[in-house]
Amino acid sequence: MEGLKAALKKEARAVKLDFAELKSGGFIKQIQKDLFTVRLRCPGGRLTAEKLRKAADLADRYGRGEVHISVRQSVEIPYVNYRYFEAVAAELKAIGWSVASCGPRVRVPTACAGCAYNPNGLMDTQEVCLEVDRRLFGTPTGHHKFKVSFSGCPIDCFRTREMDLGFQGIVEPKLLEELCNGCELCVKACEEEALRMVEGLPARDEGRCTGCGDCIKVCPVDAMVVARRGWLVRAGGKHGKHPLFAYEVANYVPQEQVFPLIERTLEWYRGCGEGRERLGATIARLGLERYLDEVIRPLPVEVIDDPRERRKFYAGGNLYGGA
Amino acid sequence: MPGAISMAGLDLRGVLCPENFVRTKLALEEMEEGEVLEVILDDGEPMRNVPRSLKAEGHRILQVQRLGDKAYKLKVLKRDRGAHG
Repeated sequence: MEGLKAALKKEARAVKLDFAELKSGGFIKQIQKDLFTVRLRCPGGRLTAEKLRKAADLADRYGRGEVHISVRQSVEIPYVNYRYFEAVAAELKAIGWSVASCGPRVRVPTACAGCAYNPNGLMDTQEVCLEVDRRLFGTPTGHHKFKVSFSGCPIDCFRTREMDLGFQGIVEPKLLEELCNGCELCVKACEEEALRMVEGLPARDEGRCTGCGDCIKVCPVDAMVVARRGWLVRAGGKHGKHPLFAYEVANYVPQEQVFPLIERTLEWYRGCGEGRERLGATIARLGLERYLDEVIRPLPVEVIDDPRERRKFYAGGNLYGGA
Repeated sequence: MPGAISMAGLDLRGVLCPENFVRTKLALEEMEEGEVLEVILDDGEPMRNVPRSLKAEGHRILQVQRLGDKAYKLKVLKRDRGAHG
């Protein structure tokens, strides 16, 4: 790596390489000498046709005519010689695009389709994901990477349990008893078997209800309605060689508290984190209570602080050997 | 519903999702607003999925009747898409 850095510095004078651009990441060194993978910035995995065409075009002219779609929704162009970084960056900039980041920064946030068009979606994941990208992408954390994802519903396609901060759409149903006709379609719709008929009306087992809203969606007389809608927030997860499942820390968080929550978490992590640890390790070291007390409780959100409340969100199986 | 006409039903027992929904939807498309379609569905996945999809299409389930252990008969009121918000 030292030899490459020296060579790059020498080249930089010649090719006027923007080192800031290089250091921000988005250019990932490959095995092959001088070759890098260009990681494009694709928040929420949504690209215009124009950007898609540009990626194909760049792959043809600077790569080897192919792209790789990363697990975190990025379109990546492998086999690009570092001599072309400036040209690639300029072409991206010309259409209002840029590369992603690596290193100890807020990464490109990821998201599912959300309620904009997915019938299961309970919250607009794409809108908030784009805003997180606009406002927080690339923010240095002082420690390690920071990944944020948005899942529109409890199916949790965007694996909020594996994120430093994950936001998962959730609703709280309520029954308008006078409108209920006892048809039991809500009981049928519920995959958690959280509803059963009691004296002609559906009664909910809160310990089983995951807030998916299927009962609300099916009710033919709109007796089952949304009492509250928001984000179930998870903190401290990570994937990698030593995965951690995140903790559910707040519920029904309204849209306007998303940024305060992320920004307070980043500030806390920046201040309390040590070395190259992820947020989850900081929480493990200092205790979840401290994170809840210092970050979540001061916000006007519903805190989840009872481990039993979290238990209903867990599946069985091999939870990485933990409890 | 005044003036509603009950049509011959669709027996969709043994028909898997989403074919059961699609056939119901197509049958409803052939009908007039205000007419009622009877549909028999298996318990389980069909009953979990089809009623919700019909509601999303704008139709209204008027009645749900259990048929033994394994099936349900629904009475579905056809409503024109967009007419009811």
